[in-house]
Amino acid sequence: MKNALTIAGKELAAYFVQPVAYVVLTVFLLLGGFFFFELLSYFQIVLQMYAAMQNPQVLQHMNLNQRVIEPLLHNLSIVLVILVPAITMRTFAEEKRTGTYEFLLTAPVRTGEIVAGKFIAAAIFILIMVGLAAIFPIILVVFGNPEIGVMVSGYIGLLLLALSFVAVGLFTSSITQNQIIAAISCFGALLILYVISWPAQTGSSGWASDLLHYLSITDHFSQMVTGIIDTRDLVYFLSLILVALFLTQRSVESARWR
Amino acid sequence: MIEVKNLTKAYGNFVAVRDVSFKAERGSILGFLGPNGAGKTTTMRIITGFMPATSGTVLVDGLDIFTQSLEARRKIGYLPENPPLYVDMRVEAYLRFVARLRGVPRARLDDALEHALEVCGLTDMRSRICGQLSKGYRQRVGLAQALIHDPPVLVLDEPTIGLDPRQIHEIRGLIKTLSGDRTVVLSTHILPEVSQICDKVVIIADGRVALEEKLSDIPAGTTLEQVFLEAISKERHETVTDTEETLEEVGAGRS
Repeated sequence: MKNALTIAGKELAAYFVQPVAYVVLTVFLLLGGFFFFELLSYFQIVLQMYAAMQNPQVLQHMNLNQRVIEPLLHNLSIVLVILVPAITMRTFAEEKRTGTYEFLLTAPVRTGEIVAGKFIAAAIFILIMVGLAAIFPIILVVFGNPEIGVMVSGYIGLLLLALSFVAVGLFTSSITQNQIIAAISCFGALLILYVISWPAQTGSSGWASDLLHYLSITDHFSQMVTGIIDTRDLVYFLSLILVALFLTQRSVESARWR
Repeated sequence: MIEVKNLTKAYGNFVAVRDVSFKAERGSILGFLGPNGAGKTTTMRIITGFMPATSGTVLVDGLDIFTQSLEARRKIGYLPENPPLYVDMRVEAYLRFVARLRGVPRARLDDALEHALEVCGLTDMRSRICGQLSKGYRQRVGLAQALIHDPPVLVLDEPTIGLDPRQIHEIRGLIKTLSGDRTVVLSTHILPEVSQICDKVVIIADGRVALEEKLSDIPAGTTLEQVFLEAISKERHETVTDTEETLEEVGAGRS
């Protein structure tokens, strides 16, 4: 565990020494701000429209959480599909290319500790990212009257989603020494996780449809965004993270045998 | 002490190292010689636990590098062919990181760092960024990371490559003073280096040990160059005769 933390500390410092972290944070917050502004101004227009139509029933159903925070979180989750590969691509691929891998694998450290260290560092970075994006709901709380519980659940969902993405990214980085390949295969894998339930929506129901819905990261994420924290979703995210990290550990270990 | 026993390593169909055995005694420097592609780096990677052998074992201070890997790895300082530097770390931060991973206790960390910096002549370079160092300084940082945890066994893969003559002289001197009661294995293809600092030489050619001999046992009058050329040509000759024999056998089988 001590070794994992040592590695995590060094990795985290590396994020902020290279410009990658700043670029990723800027893009994430800039796009987030753009979506937030758009959704909020649209919400305002719709509100004014219904107010002009003197339709109090509809007005009562209008809801900041549903109209702003929900779509915002969904948009941010798509931004993460693109940004997380950029964060994780270097983790293992770069070490292989520069030769530091040889140091890491001959140091008295278990492969599990290496993987854990790199995951912890990326997780802290993601925490910073999602934490900074919490500025949007805070603005709503200050100037409006949203449901706080639903927003907290949604942000926990975003965090779990991002952590799962990171675990997948670590795995794709561990199978190659080329950062571009690592990033693109991570992006592909994440996008598939994102859309995997689409065939189930067009086809008939049955066990295959249930399976696709279960595998879909979007389905579980949507639940949390609407404010439902279900253990099934938590189990899904945690098992996705653990499976991806386990595969990473196996892949690092197997590199020795080639 | 390092004991290499019947080491064989195959990459797919290509056999890089065949049945290599040798011994490096405590307090001595073993020069590991051989032409390019002879299997030096492969052997060293197996000794340091970077990859396992296809068959055979290595004992580092009596610990099996494969079955008691963590304990054995703790005893080794390893300088790979390319110094394993994190290019965007500063020298001091890098060495601290290495020391911590190699298990230097927190209380001794500062002393270990200062000692390594001083011994490798890096005191003025401590706050430089690794990626901006010249080849010679990279090599020194590489050496510093190998010995920061004061390991009983040092494995150095071509430690003087890319250095200028003065630096080569310094590093050689450094390795010699380091040996003390340590076991040092260094690979090189610079012959005078071996005659200057090593106690024992192992020559490897085509993945086989062609010669294992103490330098003091080499008869006066013969240079190391002669010994080396003879060893690798003998090896080549043997390989050729092997092939001829096989061909003859095949031919005999046919008739």
